[in-house]
Amino acid sequence: MSAIEKDNSPTEPGWSPLDPITTMGSSIYNAIQGLGDFGRFLGSILHWCFRGPTRMGWRDMMTQMYEMGTRSIPVVMLTGAFIGAVLAIEAYPQFQALGFASRLGSVVVVSVVKQIGPVLTAVMLAGRVGGAMTAELGTMKVTEQVDALRAMAADPIRTLAVPRFLACVLMTPVLTVFSDIIGAIGGWLIAVKVEGVNNYHFWHYASQATDLFTINTGLIKSFFFGVAIASIACYKGFRSGSGAQGVGRACTESFVASFVVILVMNFFLATMLNNIYNIYWPSQAPLF
Amino acid sequence: MLDPVCKAADERMPEGAAIIRFENVSKRFGPLVVFNNLSLDIPADETLVVMGPSGVGKSVLLKLIVGLLRPDSGEIYFHGCRIDTLSEGELEPIRKRFGFLFQMGALFDSMTVGENVSFPLRQQGIRSDAHIRDVVHEKLSVVGLEGIEQKMPGDLSGGQRKRVALARAIAMNPEVVLYDEPTTGLDPIRSDVINELILKLKEELKVTGIVVTHDMTSAFKVADHIVMLLDGKIIARGTSDEIRTCKDERVCRFIHGRASEEDLKALHRM
Ligand SMILES: Nc1ncnc2c1ncn2[C@@H]1O[C@H](COP(=O)(O)OP(=O)(O)O)[C@@H](O)[C@H]1O
Ligand SMILES: [Mg+2]
Repeated sequence: MSAIEKDNSPTEPGWSPLDPITTMGSSIYNAIQGLGDFGRFLGSILHWCFRGPTRMGWRDMMTQMYEMGTRSIPVVMLTGAFIGAVLAIEAYPQFQALGFASRLGSVVVVSVVKQIGPVLTAVMLAGRVGGAMTAELGTMKVTEQVDALRAMAADPIRTLAVPRFLACVLMTPVLTVFSDIIGAIGGWLIAVKVEGVNNYHFWHYASQATDLFTINTGLIKSFFFGVAIASIACYKGFRSGSGAQGVGRACTESFVASFVVILVMNFFLATMLNNIYNIYWPSQAPLF
Repeated sequence: MLDPVCKAADERMPEGAAIIRFENVSKRFGPLVVFNNLSLDIPADETLVVMGPSGVGKSVLLKLIVGLLRPDSGEIYFHGCRIDTLSEGELEPIRKRFGFLFQMGALFDSMTVGENVSFPLRQQGIRSDAHIRDVVHEKLSVVGLEGIEQKMPGDLSGGQRKRVALARAIAMNPEVVLYDEPTTGLDPIRSDVINELILKLKEELKVTGIVVTHDMTSAFKVADHIVMLLDGKIIARGTSDEIRTCKDERVCRFIHGRASEEDLKALHRM
């Protein structure tokens, strides 16, 4: 667009026909550089994870696990219950029409355990926990607390990012389990208590469909979601611009980036894990 | 005592030489040139006062010394060993020998005052809780704030926060203390207590001090040497007396707090 406008005024000082290409080139360059920067950041988080947090870090990690984990349980369970319930409401008429209403348990529980539980939990955490993490670290950066750490020979990634990262990576799968259980119960309430599906059939088909692999699929995904949420939130916090505005923008960017990464990662992890399933158990293609 | 990074260079260092040396240091932020070929020797066991108008780069100067910022060109030496090219990890043993009082305090606001002051102690591997408690108590009473260990920094006044930050900066009895405006925001009596503290640290613990300040009373009281920065350069350097009697008009105006005609031009146009 701007290229065409500029074409009409080639006499404009400093204009060159290469400008649009330069602009495009520099934004690609910046994107790649940002990705590289993030990669290095994630690398040093992992490096310090293996070296172990400091003594203060362990204590900080416990606080963070309480903040991220325990205090997120209510919201994760509430959303989980309603998603399970709404799945049952939508699936019931379809299954009823086919005469398969008794198999409702399998579709509801498998959807919750494999897809909706992990993704919904991760999205809730990206908002509740990721946002707070970015805001906290961003504020520490703009008030020079991060510089103060460095001046006292404390590595900010080791002291601040690693406890938060470990807490988030451990708590995301745990919360996912809560969300899964409550989601299944939400579906059961609608299917059995409202629509009148047989209680035994509901749990029979549900447990038949939910093998160990299904459960692991959900948990493996939520582990990677935890990695994504924590690393993006810490990265955005540490790279936050100056002032309240800079911190605010970092929070927004952190949430949007985590959200996109969670959904994209979900697709690729689901595909990959299904392929693995098909390789080991080729006869029984998974339900979803 | 000396860390391996510095050892070789340190043995060659002549007696009485500068503990910190800037050689042709340039620093810019985008188009803003803060320092242009700045050279400065900071003598050991003395207090150097750095003065200059706001925004001239005094805080940047302190951050360059401990490697929180890196120069674009030029060299920075500590005990004769070049430190501006060291990695963050290699800088750690050197940073442990410094205490840094940040202009805004930079207290960790998720920790209590006590935890803040004990942070450098724990960071340097001191485990004994009883010892840490004693040091924290001692440093807090030195700055006139005993008994507030359990408070959060957010509940303190600006001046109190500054003094807690000072207690944290000197907690490990560092070799060099960088004071960024230590008396700004304090009442005159408190300011004088801080001045006495800076003098005492120098005399009793042989602390090298670098004090950034606008407070002329404080500057003349604590300084062995004074440098004045203006437009990215050192425009005057000397002992307190030399600066006091300096003929340079810009220095004179600064120490007596008189604005020039140029500074007032906008006012007159009003
Ligand atoms: N991290 C930074 N990024 C960009 N500009 C900076 C940064 N730190 C300081 N500056 C700029 O450098 C100049 C000197 O800052 P500073 O050293 O804080 O001044 P003062 O002498 O008042 O302490 C100011 O104009 C400031 O805006
Ligand atoms: Mg300053």
